[in-house]
Amino acid sequence: MTSASSQPEERRSRDTAWAAPVARLKVSAIPSGAINLNVDGRQLTGPLKGFGQLWQKTYRVRLSGAQVSPGEVIKVWKEHFPEFWPKGNRFYGSLTGIAPGEVAVLNLAGPGGITGPKGMPLISTGVMVIYADEESFSFMTPDGHMFAGMITFSAEEDDGTVVQVQVLIRASDPIYEIGCRLGIVNNTEDVFWRQTLKNLAAHFDVEGYVQQSVTLVDPKVQWSEAKNIWHNAAIRTAIYYLGSPIRWVRNLATK
Amino acid sequence: MTKVNVSMKVRDTKGKAAIVDIQGEINAFAENALMDAYTKASSKGAKSIILNFSDLEYMNSSGIGLLVTLLIRANRQNQRLLAYGLSDHYRQIFELTRLNEAITIHNSETEALAAAGM
Repeated sequence: MTSASSQPEERRSRDTAWAAPVARLKVSAIPSGAINLNVDGRQLTGPLKGFGQLWQKTYRVRLSGAQVSPGEVIKVWKEHFPEFWPKGNRFYGSLTGIAPGEVAVLNLAGPGGITGPKGMPLISTGVMVIYADEESFSFMTPDGHMFAGMITFSAEEDDGTVVQVQVLIRASDPIYEIGCRLGIVNNTEDVFWRQTLKNLAAHFDVEGYVQQSVTLVDPKVQWSEAKNIWHNAAIRTAIYYLGSPIRWVRNLATK
Repeated sequence: MTKVNVSMKVRDTKGKAAIVDIQGEINAFAENALMDAYTKASSKGAKSIILNFSDLEYMNSSGIGLLVTLLIRANRQNQRLLAYGLSDHYRQIFELTRLNEAITIHNSETEALAAAGM
């Protein structure tokens, strides 16, 4: 058997690209202003655990004319990940960037970029970075997220640098699945990642044209996972807002 | 730059199971090799597909995605997916991604074949 110390440097680097298994997610060091709901204590789900149809969607943009290698793109992407998100959506991750095992809180707008009063997010949920190397990185979603699945961000050399987001996802529960069937949730997802890639391309002074391909991997829904509705982050975030007056009165009473 | 660096050999067990020996790296570029191997393994009516990871050199997150799509494909054909030869490192990755809840992991080929009813 080959010992770890005799393995090539690349091999060692790649073996540390994976996060260790976790039973429950734990958020640490969240900046002020973030609404941290529906992440702490949640389990990771993955594409086998959701309720709805399983989709694989690939969004690609070619960085035409940019003198930048795939490795350089991934390095920038990992270090500045939140900056490329569409307006109204916030990614609260580690200050040091994307790294295996990191848990990030997401404060998301609704369809069409709709937010609550004062720009409040409609959904608070999260992701965990399960994998990160020099060429790609991946997230997995927890209970309550709109989608159960994996999202992989990568860049490759293909007669120039091409950047890609690939999602392998199911709607987590029946409510999200209805949203998908009506085209609301799916469309929001498409707009989100297309805009993210355009923002990333703009960082390299490229006007990005995003290509998209969609494959229905599993047309069946998984009724055994209908119970996931209990964790629905959109419902729980709404309940949190509805409870705000009660918390305010309670705080007054305890002062 | 990562490219195709995998080979897969399909072994017929003269029964209801087929073994796919995986050698090399499972990443996004392994899709054709993996799906071709699955098609070949299924062509003689195997009800269980056993993946031998003993010579797996590396698997990234795209490789996990490929295994998910393979699993769905197998389930739709009423086939089971089993695995053996996984190192502790990749057993942990199966646990992290919860693949271990859908692909049964065994310690040896003998054990996997027994679980497949051979």
